[in-house]
Amino acid sequence: MAERVTIFVDGRPIAAERGATVAAAMLSAGIRAFRHSVSGEPRAPLCGMGICFECRVTIGGEPHRRGCQTLCQDGLEVSTT
Amino acid sequence: MNHSADVVIAGGGIVGAACAYECARAGLSVTVIEGAIIGGGASAAGMGHIVVMDDSEAQFNLTLLSQQLWSERVAEMTDGVEHLPCGTLWVAADEEEMAEVRRKRAFYSQRGVPVEMLDSRQLAEAEPHLRPDLAGGLLVPGDSVVYPPVAARWLLDRCGARVLTGVPIATLDDNGATLEDGSRVSGGVIVNALGAKAARLMPSIPVTPRKGHLVITDRYPGFLRHQLVELGYLKSAHSAGADSIAFNVQPRRTGQVLIGSSRQFGADHKGIDQPILSRMLRRAAEYMPRIGSLIAIRAWTGFRAATPDHLPLIGPMPGASRLWLATGHEGLGVTTALATGRLIADQITGRSSPIDAAPYLPARCIHG
Ligand SMILES: Cc1cc2nc3c(=O)[nH]c(=O)nc-3n(C[C@H](O)[C@H](O)[C@H](O)COP(=O)(O)OP(=O)(O)OC[C@H]3O[C@@H](n4cnc5c(N)ncnc54)[C@H](O)[C@@H]3O)c2cc1C
Ligand code: FES
Repeated sequence: MAERVTIFVDGRPIAAERGATVAAAMLSAGIRAFRHSVSGEPRAPLCGMGICFECRVTIGGEPHRRGCQTLCQDGLEVSTT
Repeated sequence: MNHSADVVIAGGGIVGAACAYECARAGLSVTVIEGAIIGGGASAAGMGHIVVMDDSEAQFNLTLLSQQLWSERVAEMTDGVEHLPCGTLWVAADEEEMAEVRRKRAFYSQRGVPVEMLDSRQLAEAEPHLRPDLAGGLLVPGDSVVYPPVAARWLLDRCGARVLTGVPIATLDDNGATLEDGSRVSGGVIVNALGAKAARLMPSIPVTPRKGHLVITDRYPGFLRHQLVELGYLKSAHSAGADSIAFNVQPRRTGQVLIGSSRQFGADHKGIDQPILSRMLRRAAEYMPRIGSLIAIRAWTGFRAATPDHLPLIGPMPGASRLWLATGHEGLGVTTALATGRLIADQITGRSSPIDAAPYLPARCIHG
């Protein structure tokens, strides 16, 4: 069985499989707003393959990281604001 | 359809808009003819840095008057002008460039412009993402940043000039302009404010396009606090004939970082020159190593209107009776647009000007 890890999204612990993408873990946990556009619209992954940049979140304090291109590691801090 | 006005301005960039604004405020009727979009030329492609410069007394006087006019105007302008009073921080890499910091400090201080000298530690505190071994810098807090296309639109809306857009001018003469659709706009005074394209309709004026590249990043609020310019800039910017790049980065009010800059002569196509762009970005990363980890969302180019002596052409065209010039502002035309408008309106109406207009008169280099 795949190893389970915990990532923290806006402080909330989310269980995920090691090696899953951050975007997949967040979507499975029911998170639908990864960020908000300049005009305030909620945004979520579209292409899932690194092209559209809709899945951007802050990871480990670094803004504009693509959730669909970053793999889950135990203790990873993700922020949607 | 045919029109006439006291003043016909060819070109609706920031310079044409500023001329329209001052002429209309002086009581003249004004028509502006813009072939494409208001503010869509160099005025949209540039950085919008309002900066007091010290290459010569003439350049200093024009940029200082402009900076003062900008600070009066921006208070009234719409939010879309994105005014950011961030100041300029001139960055010295070594002791030789610190000597330039001291020279600049003396120059500005003697002329009443507030400045502050920073040592290596103060520079690192002011801009934490700069590499740590730099020598220091000079802060000019009165400098700022705007978004010129919106400022151009505001100046025209506010002054009530008649604005014709969409049909380019085919020819300019002493009585007016003939547009490409054959219509005619006549005027008492005709002002060529066509930026880098000014010489296309008047081939005898010494204005040549000088290409520049810029890159803008996604939003990283707080990454950068001041407009940063390396002090090697003056040397490289003025080596006429050679392509040059310099570290020149700007914070936008959106949190984006605008990265420049490059200067090329003889490049007449609008496309990105990859080798120049790479050199420019490598230079930026030498000064700010972390800049390479930011996401760039767009790169583009623009053309500055360069003159042989680096000063703009403001005033009557020698040998013509009613044609005037307001062009040749090279890399400073957003800054110097407002003083240009003032000088043009003063000369047309016979008013006195706050500064001596002689250094900018076209007659210094054009013989009619
Ligand atoms: C990369 C770059 C960075 C820059 N950074 C700065 C900076 O930080 N600070 C600063 O002060 N300046 C800067 N500049 C310079 C500044 O942008 C220009 O000097 C300024 O915008 C010139 O304004 P303008 O109105 O003369 O020209 P433009 O904005 O080019 O306006 C000329 C207008 O004339 C129109 N036109 C041309 N031909 C015709 C025709 N035949 N008929 C009708 N209309 C026509 C064009 O469509 C255009 O709108 C920069 C320039 C570049 C390229
Ligand atoms: S979902 Fe498109 S880049 Fe991540």
